[in-house]
Amino acid sequence: MRVPLSWLREYVDLPETETGRDVQARLISAGLEVETVEQLGTGLKGPLVVGRVLTIEELEGFKKPIRFCTVDVGAANGTGEPQEIVCGARNFAVGDKVVVVLPGAVLPGDFAISARKTYGKTSHGMICSGDELGMGDDGTDGIIVLPPETEVGTDAIELLELVDEVLDIAVTPDRGYCLSMRGVARETATAYGLALRDPALLDVPAPNAYGHPVAVADPVGCDRFTARTVVGLEPEARSPIWLKRRLQKAGMRPISLAVDVTNYVMLELGQPLHAYDRTLVQGPIGVRRAEQGEKLTTLDGTTRVLDAEDLVITDDRGPIGLAGVMGGADTEIADHEGTAGATTEVVIEAAHFDPVAVARAARRHRLSSEASRRFERGVDPEAAAAAAQRTVDLLVLLAGGTAEGGVTQITAPTAPRTITMPADHPDRVAGLGYGRATVVRRLQEVGCDVQGQDELAVTVPSWRPDLATPNDLAEEVIRLEGYENLPSTLPTPPPGRGLTARQRLHRRAGRALAGAGYVEAPNYPFLGEEVFDRLGLEADDARRRVVTLVNPLSDEEPALRTTLLPGLLGALRRNDGRGSHDLALFETGLVFRPTGEERRAPLPSVDRRPTAAEIAELDAALPQQPRRAAVVLAGAREQDGWWGAGRPADWADAVEAGRLLAREAGAELVVRADRHAPWHPGRCAALYAVRGGEEVLVGHAGELHPRVVKALHLPERTCAMELDLDLLESASGGAVRAPGISTFPVATQDVALVVADEVPAADVEAALREGAGPLLESLRLFDVFTGEQIGEGRKSLAYALRFRAADRTLTVDEASAARDAAVALAAERTGASLRGA
Amino acid sequence: MSAPNKSYDPVEVEALKPEEIERMRDEALAAFAAADSLDALAHAKTAHTGGTSPLSLANREIGALPPHAKAEAGKRVGQARGAVSKALAARQAELEAERDARVLVEEAVDVTLPYDRVPAGARHPLTTLMERIEDIFTAMGYEVAEGPQAEAEWFNFDALNIGPDHPARGEADTFFVKDARGGADSGVVLRTHTSPVQARSLLDREPPVYVVCPGRVYRTDELDATHTPVFHQVELLAVDEGLTMADLKGTLDHMVQALFGEGMKTRLRPNFFPFTEPSAEMDMVCYVCRGESVGNPDRPCRTCSSEGWIELGGCGMVNPKVLVACGVDPERYSGFAFGFGIERMLMFRHNVEDMRDMVEGDVRFTRPFGMEI
Repeated sequence: MRVPLSWLREYVDLPETETGRDVQARLISAGLEVETVEQLGTGLKGPLVVGRVLTIEELEGFKKPIRFCTVDVGAANGTGEPQEIVCGARNFAVGDKVVVVLPGAVLPGDFAISARKTYGKTSHGMICSGDELGMGDDGTDGIIVLPPETEVGTDAIELLELVDEVLDIAVTPDRGYCLSMRGVARETATAYGLALRDPALLDVPAPNAYGHPVAVADPVGCDRFTARTVVGLEPEARSPIWLKRRLQKAGMRPISLAVDVTNYVMLELGQPLHAYDRTLVQGPIGVRRAEQGEKLTTLDGTTRVLDAEDLVITDDRGPIGLAGVMGGADTEIADHEGTAGATTEVVIEAAHFDPVAVARAARRHRLSSEASRRFERGVDPEAAAAAAQRTVDLLVLLAGGTAEGGVTQITAPTAPRTITMPADHPDRVAGLGYGRATVVRRLQEVGCDVQGQDELAVTVPSWRPDLATPNDLAEEVIRLEGYENLPSTLPTPPPGRGLTARQRLHRRAGRALAGAGYVEAPNYPFLGEEVFDRLGLEADDARRRVVTLVNPLSDEEPALRTTLLPGLLGALRRNDGRGSHDLALFETGLVFRPTGEERRAPLPSVDRRPTAAEIAELDAALPQQPRRAAVVLAGAREQDGWWGAGRPADWADAVEAGRLLAREAGAELVVRADRHAPWHPGRCAALYAVRGGEEVLVGHAGELHPRVVKALHLPERTCAMELDLDLLESASGGAVRAPGISTFPVATQDVALVVADEVPAADVEAALREGAGPLLESLRLFDVFTGEQIGEGRKSLAYALRFRAADRTLTVDEASAARDAAVALAAERTGASLRGA
Repeated sequence: MSAPNKSYDPVEVEALKPEEIERMRDEALAAFAAADSLDALAHAKTAHTGGTSPLSLANREIGALPPHAKAEAGKRVGQARGAVSKALAARQAELEAERDARVLVEEAVDVTLPYDRVPAGARHPLTTLMERIEDIFTAMGYEVAEGPQAEAEWFNFDALNIGPDHPARGEADTFFVKDARGGADSGVVLRTHTSPVQARSLLDREPPVYVVCPGRVYRTDELDATHTPVFHQVELLAVDEGLTMADLKGTLDHMVQALFGEGMKTRLRPNFFPFTEPSAEMDMVCYVCRGESVGNPDRPCRTCSSEGWIELGGCGMVNPKVLVACGVDPERYSGFAFGFGIERMLMFRHNVEDMRDMVEGDVRFTRPFGMEI
């Protein structure tokens, strides 16, 4: 809502010195979002006067038509002689009254005017357009032509009200009444403690049976309909300057007198109005729901197929308007510049429509109008008759019309709305003792009628449909008393327990990965399904089953991620492209895995807690959203430097990232070779967590498949790990049991075992551990060797075994016996033989 | 070198003459002083203190003296040998110290050499800023609550008093999720705010409920310098007996002081949100200029446009309708809630100028933020 300060002053006697910024501050404090205060006419300096065009000489030979004019500006130029001016506009004739800016003046935008040579003549000033004066759109493309009665020599700065301030207010959905001067004036008056001149307080004639016939078939959709008729409109009547200027400042375009008047009254009182050409309305006006498939061509020229829920205005032919949204083209009032087709008789509609019906129709037809915006947010039903009267008055005054005596008014019975509330409720909401007297006074300022002592019966004003509960009333009191005056206190929550185990693991995972050199890179979850082809996923891979969006930002990425890798690999590629080549990135986040069983989510009633069954249904409608963690690596894991050569990131780093997370989770991780896209079939590890003795697959790690690297334009040998953090957490071993620490000496034995290439080291290690028995303190693989000495297809694994007993120093024989037992079991399980044996 | 005397004639025992002994001692001392290395000293040691050195031989001669002469000669030789071994030890220590000093000098390194063998990792500042806020509230006794990001419309809208025809529902820029058959009407959306976690928390717990809910939210905005379709919010909800707007204000003040330092404060301005009543917009004193740019054209502040305040987010008293929809008795309990965007806070707290820097995952952006914020 754009509110010119000069217009606002008509309803509230603000101090002369009060600026737009001052009013802005007061209104913000009262809860209106005044976004800007526009300064109109800043830097504007005269002389800017009304002139009469005396002669026009068409200059030939230029690219565009140019006129050399003489203009009578009265005494404004000091000589009284005609002013010689060159002008490029053509929408004026000899005798027209125009706005002339004389040398020495300055126009908005620091545009200084002086006499200057142009098109072979000297132009002593300019004939002005609305644009040049910063007036906004006036509906013409050329210069301003003033009404003929305007006096020559009049100061145009004042005449056109060029200097003003305009408050631009973003009106929240609950404050529909502030989509009017009346509503903003009420807030201003309250904020300043001044009286309000309510423009809706008009003498309105009583309804009678002689007005234009109206039949409301749907009193729920339309609880109020006032119709008035004005005849004898002079076709040549034009909107006066003040009216046009107010519309322009409020952001609307002047169109014709009748339309301008209805728009003006809407801005003033907040009541959307519609004017029908009476000669084009056939029979009584009706209000009903549309029949499915009925058609209506609206004022914007679009033919719309109506829905059975749409509320329409009808005449004998059918729909002539979409109620509260937009009128129809068939009954549009015509403005033919005084020709025979111009409208001379109008029926004025001032009605009140159901906010929901209007909102749905506007949404359904994607047609938001000044009217629908107001009805959706609530219009004062009691203002309809006054708005109709105001429109009639202006048409009589400005268009020379005559008001007919008939007054149609249909009113569905409604009772005033009364809310009961303890008088100290605002105090208890605020945490501040206002006292009953203040509460009552503030509610009265809002327009409420307040009765009662400890228990107040508050009847809310018709223009505040948003006031429905005691808290709504509390807000009115608190905001008018000033949010800035609220005290600052701290509540005392019950003692807390900090983060949950899952939340702590999530943090620890991030810290551990960052500590290991990974940089966190959270990515958007949007993806296109063709990325699954590039990742080489099988047709039946579960990761291909995606959740898709109805309205994605990009048609190329309509789906939600089922794996973190596409996003994270994208970040890797982006970094690589920007010159960072040695990369280790990680992400933790939700993925979206539909089960395929989802049903439509229900919408339980909100006047009670949903039942357990309803809650279960709500949750069952959602895809599964487990939290996953992933890393990607490329380039060097360790840099070259003065210490020697570095080393490239490889599959083992990726697997180690999985082990790292398992350690953080306190889960036992089992690593096995696997073949799983998008990993290299020979360099892919499946990661299993041991949960309750069972191995649960939690993720994969290794080097990516070379085809995937190529398809996704990744650096060579890019590696990755991804696992399900929630699953890993579920496999946590719980509290650590402290090991007993023996202080007896350690006995160290090394063994080198030769096995076939394909035997996993993990199997050899497991056999050694089991075979060595309880004396084994630790075991470490310190070398893997292949070569001629070992033989084709075989490898040598060298282990250091450390033995120790809790209660004695081991003898060499005891340690050797344990080692031999370990080797024997490894031989039995994996075919291992002692190297050199 | 003389052999032991066969005859008994002390006067003839040349080596035990005082001047002889002094000479032997002085020669030894001179040899030690002349030794310029530990090796040379070892040679000198053998020559002057070994079994066949003059002083050792002289010592052996003492036995041949008559008893009355033995004491005096013994004393003379003993003193000489004592002086020699003391000098040897001193020289030994001196030479060892020289050697040690030389080795340490030789082993010196350039300690300014860089060591970027494994470049440091880092956590994303959006993550750590959310954790920081969680920590402030868990320290007060709040729980951290989470919820799904693909959320039922009922939780995202209806339970929060945003009915199907509420204007706010249409203005929420919502991503809608297709149903299993590809239809548009699944009743599931990508949550447009963290507020649905309010409703979930109230359904999951008995009051009093004090929760902080950080997380990702989604709106259909194109990515540019100031917008991102995927962003983060932190939501706070307190439901208890007798909670007031003053409690809300105090909690906000505490948060901004914990996050931005002593002396920071908040300001509430009336606003509208369907799920709170009364509702307010919350501002905090500008973190950058601390309000000093207001009316001071010489020191304009870009962060707050010289207004002295920065908009943080929305807040208010939980609308009793929300309590009812979540099965909480509004006659007995009241509550407050607030929510704000983390990206925005990160931007002004850390001078981030472009929203895109926060979403592209560039390691150059993230690394400086380290582990905590």
